[in-house]
Amino acid sequence: MVELALFIIFAIAAIFGAISMVWARNPVYSAMGLMLTMFSIAIFYVSNGAHFIAAVQVIIYAGAVMTLFLFVIMLIGVDKAETRTENLPLQRPAALALMVLFGAGVLIAGRSAWVTGITPAGSVPVDGSIEQIGTKLFNEWLLPFEVTALLLIIAAAGAIALAFFRDEEAQR
Amino acid sequence: MTVTPGWYMALAAVLFVIGVGGMLLRRNALVMFMSVELMLNAVNLTFVAAGRELGVVEGQLAVLFVMVVAAAEVVVGLAIIVAVFRRRKTASVDELSGLKG
Repeated sequence: MVELALFIIFAIAAIFGAISMVWARNPVYSAMGLMLTMFSIAIFYVSNGAHFIAAVQVIIYAGAVMTLFLFVIMLIGVDKAETRTENLPLQRPAALALMVLFGAGVLIAGRSAWVTGITPAGSVPVDGSIEQIGTKLFNEWLLPFEVTALLLIIAAAGAIALAFFRDEEAQR
Repeated sequence: MTVTPGWYMALAAVLFVIGVGGMLLRRNALVMFMSVELMLNAVNLTFVAAGRELGVVEGQLAVLFVMVVAAAEVVVGLAIIVAVFRRRKTASVDELSGLKG
Protein backbone atom coordinates (compact mmCIF):
# COMPACT_ATOMS: atom_id res chain seq x y z
CA MET A 1 0.00 0.00 0.00
CA VAL A 2 2.85 2.33 0.88
CA GLU A 3 4.58 1.37 -2.34
CA LEU A 4 1.45 2.16 -4.35
CA ALA A 5 1.13 5.61 -2.79
CA LEU A 6 4.85 6.29 -3.32
CA PHE A 7 4.62 5.11 -6.92
CA ILE A 8 1.65 7.33 -7.76
CA ILE A 9 3.04 10.46 -6.10
CA PHE A 10 6.53 10.18 -7.52
CA ALA A 11 5.44 8.96 -10.94
CA ILE A 12 3.43 12.17 -11.28
CA ALA A 13 6.43 14.15 -9.99
CA ALA A 14 8.80 12.41 -12.43
CA ILE A 15 6.58 12.97 -15.45
CA PHE A 16 5.91 16.58 -14.43
CA GLY A 17 9.66 17.18 -14.07
CA ALA A 18 10.43 15.59 -17.42
CA ILE A 19 7.75 17.56 -19.27
CA SER A 20 8.76 20.82 -17.63
CA MET A 21 12.37 20.08 -18.62
CA VAL A 22 11.39 19.79 -22.27
CA TRP A 23 8.92 22.68 -22.10
CA ALA A 24 10.73 25.35 -20.09
CA ARG A 25 12.14 28.27 -22.04
CA ASN A 26 14.82 29.01 -19.48
CA PRO A 27 17.56 26.32 -19.22
CA VAL A 28 17.70 26.77 -15.43
CA TYR A 29 14.08 25.63 -15.14
CA SER A 30 14.93 22.72 -17.41
CA ALA A 31 17.72 21.72 -15.03
CA MET A 32 15.36 21.99 -12.03
CA GLY A 33 12.78 19.78 -13.75
CA LEU A 34 15.43 17.20 -14.55
CA MET A 35 16.59 17.29 -10.93
CA LEU A 36 13.03 16.58 -9.73
CA THR A 37 12.84 13.62 -12.11
CA MET A 38 16.16 12.25 -10.87
CA PHE A 39 15.10 12.48 -7.23
CA SER A 40 11.86 10.67 -8.06
CA ILE A 41 13.82 7.93 -9.80
CA ALA A 42 15.98 7.63 -6.67
CA ILE A 43 12.78 7.04 -4.68
CA PHE A 44 11.82 4.30 -7.14
CA TYR A 45 15.21 2.67 -6.63
CA VAL A 46 14.57 2.60 -2.89
CA SER A 47 11.16 1.01 -3.33
CA ASN A 48 12.76 -1.58 -5.62
CA GLY A 49 15.23 -2.51 -2.91
CA ALA A 50 18.25 -0.90 -4.58
CA HIS A 51 19.36 1.31 -1.70
CA PHE A 52 22.97 1.68 -2.76
CA ILE A 53 21.98 2.65 -6.29
CA ALA A 54 19.56 5.21 -4.87
CA ALA A 55 22.33 6.82 -2.86
CA VAL A 56 24.62 6.83 -5.89
CA GLN A 57 21.82 8.35 -7.98
CA VAL A 58 21.34 11.23 -5.56
CA ILE A 59 25.06 11.86 -5.13
CA ILE A 60 26.19 11.56 -8.75
CA TYR A 61 23.18 12.64 -10.82
CA ALA A 62 21.21 15.02 -8.63
CA GLY A 63 24.42 16.27 -7.06
CA ALA A 64 27.43 16.27 -9.34
CA VAL A 65 25.99 16.10 -12.83
CA MET A 66 23.28 18.69 -12.24
CA THR A 67 25.77 21.02 -10.56
CA LEU A 68 27.95 20.72 -13.64
CA PHE A 69 24.96 21.49 -15.85
CA LEU A 70 24.07 24.56 -13.78
CA PHE A 71 27.68 25.77 -13.90
CA VAL A 72 27.70 25.54 -17.69
CA ILE A 73 24.30 27.26 -17.92
CA MET A 74 25.65 30.12 -15.82
CA LEU A 75 28.85 30.18 -17.88
CA ILE A 76 27.20 30.54 -21.26
CA GLY A 77 24.47 32.91 -20.09
CA VAL A 78 20.90 32.35 -19.05
CA ASP A 79 19.40 35.68 -20.03
CA LYS A 80 19.39 34.99 -23.74
CA ALA A 81 15.84 34.62 -24.96
CA GLU A 82 15.63 31.44 -26.98
CA THR A 83 13.66 31.85 -30.16
CA ARG A 84 11.26 29.04 -30.84
CA THR A 85 11.22 29.33 -34.59
CA GLU A 86 11.91 26.07 -36.35
CA ASN A 87 14.07 26.26 -39.45
CA LEU A 88 13.27 22.83 -40.79
CA PRO A 89 9.72 22.83 -42.15
CA LEU A 90 8.66 19.29 -41.26
CA GLN A 91 10.71 18.85 -38.10
CA ARG A 92 7.98 19.32 -35.46
CA PRO A 93 5.23 17.16 -37.03
CA ALA A 94 7.81 14.52 -37.89
CA ALA A 95 9.17 14.57 -34.34
CA LEU A 96 5.70 14.19 -32.80
CA ALA A 97 4.84 11.37 -35.21
CA LEU A 98 8.12 9.63 -34.35
CA MET A 99 7.38 9.99 -30.63
CA VAL A 100 3.94 8.43 -31.05
CA LEU A 101 5.35 5.62 -33.18
CA PHE A 102 8.12 4.96 -30.69
CA GLY A 103 5.72 4.94 -27.75
CA ALA A 104 3.44 2.51 -29.56
CA GLY A 105 6.42 0.30 -30.35
CA VAL A 106 7.51 0.27 -26.73
CA LEU A 107 3.98 -0.59 -25.61
CA ILE A 108 3.71 -3.44 -28.09
CA ALA A 109 7.14 -4.77 -27.16
CA GLY A 110 6.26 -4.52 -23.48
CA ARG A 111 3.22 -6.75 -23.90
CA SER A 112 5.23 -9.84 -24.72
CA ALA A 113 7.74 -11.55 -22.49
CA TRP A 114 11.29 -11.12 -23.73
CA VAL A 115 13.08 -12.67 -20.81
CA THR A 116 14.51 -16.07 -21.56
CA GLY A 117 16.87 -18.35 -19.73
CA ILE A 118 16.50 -17.56 -16.05
CA THR A 119 13.08 -18.34 -14.69
CA PRO A 120 11.46 -15.32 -13.09
CA ALA A 121 11.65 -15.57 -9.33
CA GLY A 122 8.48 -13.59 -8.78
CA SER A 123 8.73 -10.10 -7.44
CA VAL A 124 11.13 -10.98 -4.66
CA PRO A 125 12.99 -7.80 -3.77
CA VAL A 126 16.71 -8.14 -4.17
CA ASP A 127 18.56 -7.12 -1.10
CA GLY A 128 20.66 -4.44 -2.75
CA SER A 129 23.21 -4.27 -0.02
CA ILE A 130 26.63 -2.94 -0.77
CA GLU A 131 28.11 -6.30 0.22
CA GLN A 132 26.14 -8.19 -2.43
CA ILE A 133 26.92 -5.66 -5.15
CA GLY A 134 30.58 -5.50 -4.19
CA THR A 135 30.99 -9.27 -4.24
CA LYS A 136 29.58 -9.48 -7.74
CA LEU A 137 31.45 -6.42 -8.95
CA PHE A 138 34.89 -7.47 -7.77
CA ASN A 139 34.56 -11.13 -8.73
CA GLU A 140 32.60 -11.56 -11.95
CA TRP A 141 32.68 -8.01 -13.29
CA LEU A 142 36.22 -7.00 -12.40
CA LEU A 143 37.42 -6.37 -15.97
CA PRO A 144 34.51 -4.07 -16.94
CA PHE A 145 35.05 -2.25 -13.65
CA GLU A 146 38.70 -1.63 -14.48
CA VAL A 147 37.77 -0.53 -18.00
CA THR A 148 35.44 2.10 -16.56
CA ALA A 149 38.38 3.52 -14.61
CA LEU A 150 40.28 3.83 -17.90
CA LEU A 151 37.23 5.44 -19.49
CA LEU A 152 37.01 8.07 -16.76
CA ILE A 153 40.70 8.91 -17.11
CA ILE A 154 40.28 9.32 -20.87
CA ALA A 155 37.22 11.55 -20.37
CA ALA A 156 39.00 13.78 -17.89
CA ALA A 157 42.05 14.05 -20.16
CA GLY A 158 39.79 14.82 -23.11
CA ALA A 159 37.99 17.61 -21.25
CA ILE A 160 41.31 19.18 -20.24
CA ALA A 161 42.60 18.88 -23.80
CA LEU A 162 39.48 20.58 -25.15
CA ALA A 163 40.03 23.49 -22.77
CA PHE A 164 43.76 23.75 -23.61
CA PHE A 165 43.77 23.61 -27.39
CA ARG A 166 41.18 26.35 -27.63
CA ASP A 167 43.51 28.70 -25.74
CA GLU A 168 46.48 27.87 -27.94
CA GLU A 169 44.53 28.67 -31.08
CA ALA A 170 43.38 31.97 -29.64
CA GLN A 171 46.99 33.02 -29.07
CA ARG A 172 48.05 32.30 -32.63
CA MET B 1 -3.19 -3.62 -5.60
CA THR B 2 0.52 -4.21 -5.68
CA VAL B 3 3.06 -2.38 -7.75
CA THR B 4 4.71 -4.84 -10.11
CA PRO B 5 8.01 -4.17 -11.90
CA GLY B 6 5.99 -3.77 -15.09
CA TRP B 7 4.61 -0.51 -13.73
CA TYR B 8 8.11 0.85 -13.30
CA MET B 9 8.99 -0.24 -16.84
CA ALA B 10 5.90 1.51 -18.20
CA LEU B 11 6.87 4.68 -16.35
CA ALA B 12 10.43 4.35 -17.66
CA ALA B 13 9.05 4.03 -21.21
CA VAL B 14 7.03 7.24 -20.74
CA LEU B 15 10.11 9.08 -19.45
CA PHE B 16 12.20 7.75 -22.34
CA VAL B 17 9.66 8.96 -24.89
CA ILE B 18 9.61 12.41 -23.25
CA GLY B 19 13.41 12.42 -23.53
CA VAL B 20 13.19 11.52 -27.22
CA GLY B 21 10.74 14.39 -27.68
CA GLY B 22 13.07 16.84 -25.98
CA MET B 23 15.94 15.67 -28.18
CA LEU B 24 13.89 16.15 -31.35
CA LEU B 25 11.99 19.32 -30.49
CA ARG B 26 14.47 21.58 -28.71
CA ARG B 27 17.31 23.46 -30.34
CA ASN B 28 19.30 24.41 -27.26
CA ALA B 29 22.33 22.14 -27.02
CA LEU B 30 22.14 22.08 -23.21
CA VAL B 31 18.49 21.03 -23.13
CA MET B 32 19.15 18.37 -25.75
CA PHE B 33 21.95 17.09 -23.54
CA MET B 34 19.62 17.00 -20.54
CA SER B 35 17.17 14.96 -22.63
CA VAL B 36 19.90 12.39 -23.23
CA GLU B 37 20.44 12.22 -19.46
CA LEU B 38 16.71 11.69 -18.97
CA MET B 39 16.74 8.80 -21.44
CA LEU B 40 19.71 7.20 -19.65
CA ASN B 41 17.87 7.52 -16.33
CA ALA B 42 14.76 5.89 -17.76
CA VAL B 43 16.83 2.94 -18.96
CA ASN B 44 18.46 2.69 -15.52
CA LEU B 45 15.03 2.43 -13.92
CA THR B 46 14.21 -0.39 -16.34
CA PHE B 47 17.39 -2.22 -15.34
CA VAL B 48 16.60 -2.02 -11.64
CA ALA B 49 12.99 -3.13 -12.15
CA ALA B 50 14.07 -6.06 -14.30
CA GLY B 51 16.70 -7.06 -11.75
CA ARG B 52 14.04 -7.12 -9.06
CA GLU B 53 11.70 -9.14 -11.28
CA LEU B 54 14.38 -11.77 -11.89
CA GLY B 55 15.75 -11.65 -8.36
CA VAL B 56 19.31 -10.95 -9.49
CA VAL B 57 21.71 -8.18 -8.56
CA GLU B 58 23.17 -7.74 -12.07
CA GLY B 59 20.52 -5.16 -12.90
CA GLN B 60 21.95 -2.83 -10.31
CA LEU B 61 25.49 -3.49 -11.56
CA ALA B 62 24.41 -2.49 -15.06
CA VAL B 63 23.05 0.74 -13.60
CA LEU B 64 26.45 1.45 -12.03
CA PHE B 65 28.21 0.99 -15.37
CA VAL B 66 25.66 3.14 -17.19
CA MET B 67 26.21 5.86 -14.61
CA VAL B 68 29.98 5.80 -15.15
CA VAL B 69 29.58 6.06 -18.92
CA ALA B 70 27.03 8.86 -18.49
CA ALA B 71 29.39 10.77 -16.23
CA ALA B 72 32.19 10.51 -18.82
CA GLU B 73 29.74 11.59 -21.50
CA VAL B 74 28.64 14.63 -19.48
CA VAL B 75 32.23 15.75 -18.92
CA VAL B 76 33.23 15.56 -22.59
CA GLY B 77 29.90 16.85 -23.92
CA LEU B 78 29.78 19.91 -21.70
CA ALA B 79 33.42 20.67 -22.51
CA ILE B 80 32.52 20.56 -26.21
CA ILE B 81 29.48 22.81 -25.67
CA VAL B 82 31.60 25.35 -23.77
CA ALA B 83 34.33 25.25 -26.44
CA VAL B 84 31.76 25.78 -29.20
CA PHE B 85 30.17 28.60 -27.26
CA ARG B 86 33.47 30.39 -26.76
CA ARG B 87 34.12 30.31 -30.50
CA ARG B 88 30.63 30.89 -31.93
CA LYS B 89 28.84 32.69 -29.06
CA THR B 90 25.78 30.47 -29.35
CA ALA B 91 24.45 27.26 -27.88
CA SER B 92 21.77 26.75 -30.51
CA VAL B 93 22.42 23.81 -32.78
CA ASP B 94 20.60 25.49 -35.65
CA GLU B 95 23.30 28.13 -36.01
CA LEU B 96 26.14 25.61 -36.07
CA SER B 97 25.84 24.93 -39.77
CA GLY B 98 29.51 25.10 -40.70
CA LEU B 99 29.42 21.71 -42.43
CA LYS B 100 26.55 22.71 -44.72
CA GLY B 101 28.15 22.87 -48.18
